[in-house]
Amino acid sequence: MKFNRDFKGRGGEARDPRLPRGQYDIGSDWPVLSAEATPNLATSEWTFAIGGLVGNPVTWTWDEIQALEPASYEGDIHCVTTWSKFGVSFGGVSVDTLLACAVPLPSASHVVAYSHTGYTTNLPLGDITDGKAWVVWEYERRPLEVGHGGPARLLVPHLYFWKSVKWVAGLRLLDHDEPGFWEVNGYHDRGDPWLEQRYQGD
Amino acid sequence: MPKPGRWQVATVKQVTTETKRAKTFRLALSEASRHLAGQHYVVRLTAEDGYTASRSYSVASPPDESQDIEITVERLEDGEVSAYLHDVVVPGDELEVRGPIGGWFVWHGDTPALLIGGGSGIVPLMAMLRLARRSGRSDLVRLVASVRRPGDLYYAKELPGPETTVVYTREAPPSWGRPPRRLGEEDLRHTLAPGVTAYVCGSSGFADHVTGLLALLEFPDERIRVERFGPTS
Repeated sequence: MKFNRDFKGRGGEARDPRLPRGQYDIGSDWPVLSAEATPNLATSEWTFAIGGLVGNPVTWTWDEIQALEPASYEGDIHCVTTWSKFGVSFGGVSVDTLLACAVPLPSASHVVAYSHTGYTTNLPLGDITDGKAWVVWEYERRPLEVGHGGPARLLVPHLYFWKSVKWVAGLRLLDHDEPGFWEVNGYHDRGDPWLEQRYQGD
Repeated sequence: MPKPGRWQVATVKQVTTETKRAKTFRLALSEASRHLAGQHYVVRLTAEDGYTASRSYSVASPPDESQDIEITVERLEDGEVSAYLHDVVVPGDELEVRGPIGGWFVWHGDTPALLIGGGSGIVPLMAMLRLARRSGRSDLVRLVASVRRPGDLYYAKELPGPETTVVYTREAPPSWGRPPRRLGEEDLRHTLAPGVTAYVCGSSGFADHVTGLLALLEFPDERIRVERFGPTS
């Protein structure tokens, strides 16, 4: 297929270099997408755990994780449903800080991130280390809304946003890749928007 | 692991007007790939300069022997893809598509299912209803369609039946038994049965409202599947 007649699309003159192929700028909107009922999670019940192939399995309560060294992200996010959102800011803690407490074993190569609702996603360990991932509870300096994963979600902004688990409950470190909820349903195991890894086989 | 097919070229066979803002496109696929009721396809448009835009659209037709699928598309203001499909595309045109996609919001046709759709959220549920009717298993499904006004109802001629209920929220047809109001507990209570899985599809606000009603009716969360239609345009 060469092109669709008379189709110009948005931004035909000057394409924004921040947009990966196949994405569009959604502006100020932030759509809520999830495959389940939105849970009602009190911070007093929320916990975050790291287990599996680690030397020191840890579980943090809400107050405990808040006491860790704060970290923030400012930049862009990309959803596989083709919207991208520029210049957002999130506050929370770096996954590096959390992993430093848990001490990954040398055999750990991948993680399954899971939510308090049972949602899962898989990631190579290298995609959540060295300043690439956070557990966040603030959006634009305000508490993260429940629809967007509050009280806290995972943030892995260099991958499609389904990897950024809402209502995150923990990480399980593994020595192999174990596809999660969307991945067993046809979505890509890694999900790099700059390589347009939307579906299995891309 | 289910892999969606590769990008393929489909030919538009027929365009049908559903409502003022919705059209159904019947597409002949060049590569057959049978879908499940509830799955979607991606439509990708390419401009002469190489720019592309793609959006996902639920399949409204049931799985069948044909190599065709039907997608129903709501025309959104400034909808980059939906406006093109509505305003430009005519039978005979070719469109690049990929699918079927999705393994969660699907119904295999052999378990009790409660289908609750708001507005355009009825599209994937229609594939499920059509599958049930085709296979003689209408007894397994109940469908509740919520729309603002009579003119907003998709598949209006085909929808009525003993297994379907239409709820009007702003304006009802003359002599309609139920006054127009938001979907409530009383609209769903009689549809619940043991072992049923609920499929809820619509805007995020609609989905939250319905899952809230189901919680009030003590319907278990783990038996609810939700598809939220974002403002993908």
